[in-house]
Amino acid sequence: MDLWFPKKPKTKLKAADKRELPGDVWEKCPSCGDILYREKLRENWNVCPTCGYHLRLPAADYVRLLLDEGTEEEYDVEMRSVDPLGFVDLKPYPERLEAAQRNAGSGDALIAASGALDTIQIQTAIMNFAFIGGSMGSVVGEKIARAGLRSLERSEPLVIVSASGGARMMEGIFSLMQMAKTSAVLAQLDQASIPYISVLTDPTTGGVTASYAMLGDINLAEPGALIGFAGPRVIEQTIKQELPEGFQTSEFLLEHGMLDAIVDRRELKSRISALLRHILGMPGSNGRTQAAPPPDSPE
Amino acid sequence: MATVAHLDFEKAITEVEQQIERLQDLARERGLDVTAELRSLERKLHSLKRDVYENLAPIERVMVARHPNRPYTLDYLKLIFSDFIELHGDRLYRDDGSIVGGWARLEGESVMLIGHQKGRDMKENLSRNFGMAHPEGYRKALRLMRMAEKFGRPIITMIDTMGAYPGIGAEERGQAEAIARNLRGMATLRTPMIAVVIGEGGSGGALAIGVTDRLLMLENSVYSVISPEGCAAILWKSGAERDKAATALKLTATDLQQLGVADMVIPEPAGGAHSDWERTASALRDALIRYLDDLRALPVDELVRQRLQKYLQIGEWRGTP
Ligand SMILES: [Zn+2]
Repeated sequence: MDLWFPKKPKTKLKAADKRELPGDVWEKCPSCGDILYREKLRENWNVCPTCGYHLRLPAADYVRLLLDEGTEEEYDVEMRSVDPLGFVDLKPYPERLEAAQRNAGSGDALIAASGALDTIQIQTAIMNFAFIGGSMGSVVGEKIARAGLRSLERSEPLVIVSASGGARMMEGIFSLMQMAKTSAVLAQLDQASIPYISVLTDPTTGGVTASYAMLGDINLAEPGALIGFAGPRVIEQTIKQELPEGFQTSEFLLEHGMLDAIVDRRELKSRISALLRHILGMPGSNGRTQAAPPPDSPE
Repeated sequence: MATVAHLDFEKAITEVEQQIERLQDLARERGLDVTAELRSLERKLHSLKRDVYENLAPIERVMVARHPNRPYTLDYLKLIFSDFIELHGDRLYRDDGSIVGGWARLEGESVMLIGHQKGRDMKENLSRNFGMAHPEGYRKALRLMRMAEKFGRPIITMIDTMGAYPGIGAEERGQAEAIARNLRGMATLRTPMIAVVIGEGGSGGALAIGVTDRLLMLENSVYSVISPEGCAAILWKSGAERDKAATALKLTATDLQQLGVADMVIPEPAGGAHSDWERTASALRDALIRYLDDLRALPVDELVRQRLQKYLQIGEWRGTP
């Protein structure tokens, strides 16, 4: 499963632009080309205010996005990957882990937390693509499994935000088996009628898509995300032809019936809240009946 | 068997086999008695096969697992089972020939048999797609498994695939969703389930019919999260390093048993399954009967509980108990 594909910018930065843009203050929208003040962009959850393009958002920011301030509690913070196979490619796996732990802002590729989402107590797990391509190894699998079991025990809905290039191949068969492990836990939630909402962000491919990311009672995706089983390069090499425009985007998946809806990140929290309130038989937010968003218009 | 393909490391074996053939021809043409010479050559052949096969490098096991003369699901079906009635289709889109399934009898008892099916030639592979399933193949498999559960019959699956097919139609029709749904569905099926890796266990496309109470592996089968070629291309930046990747991935049957993922390694005859289908099938039959008897003895609640526990325990980490 191919791990490391950068988000494809629609317009390329010219060398001259790069010089004019100190990366820590300004950022250029890869879609419309607008120059954005990084601070403003961050306040807008990394969505371009001009064109609505969704840049990737760090996992920790999704915790802030989804959970009411001051309610969050993180789990298994100290859980770390080991090297069960003694895996060495061009670098030993433990070195890749150390580098990722230094640079990716989390101990592995997933943050597990609980808290209130618009006052509804939930369990959540959020993947961090910056950590070895959001790859799923034993730690990601175990943290998802524990989050699922907490949901089951406490009868709290589960929300998983996925971003992953697939399985952590340096953990070999253990990484493959995490697909079975996480799906087996979701089977328990399914049978106990505990709601599970899956949110797919850019990119979600490989073993993560082929396990928990596609198993939501409701599958939501952010606009323009790359979502698929096989990576686009693998498909191109197999079928020896170019892929159609828009293939494996959120919009493509919605059209083909794999998603319930595409949701703008800035409305993700209110949409999940509204969905859970329907499912759980609760009144609308703040006891009021919310104005329903207009139905998605057919193309 | 049709044409016999030879692998590089089998060269010495092939040479002795050819010597034996020449000697037999000579004996026929000239009416000579070559019994003693033949016996000595056959002893030599046997010990050569044993030496070569005991010391295969992981990438060589991969080659054996992919050997074009290796028995496939329908071959084991003929050698081990009786009264097979094939059942077709996912009831949604089409019948996928890369996965076969249906009712069969093992020692007279009805089971649901489901397996990947590779083709032996290009014509067959038009319908078998080299054993690489589309979503409808996995959906057919789950449909048949649910039928087995409904009627209280055990399920036996045979895994032999390079992987789920990476193509446009497969993605359009939800390859990932189909695999995921199988994983979740199999976790709670209320009937005994055994999976056997008979050749290649290629990633999610293999696991999609492999979430079972027991996992058996033929001695020269392999099971991996990614092909050695794919792994080498990504991590070594060169597909040529596939031998290193095959070793690093720990994908042989013995590796998987040592890692606690496979329950049993079923021995193959010296020279591999492709050299002696009947003996391989006989060892597989014995293992299936034994494991099925064990599983049938468990109350079904306990069976499903143990299956969940088994998968919950897979993985290694540190820092949190
Ligand atoms: Zn923009």
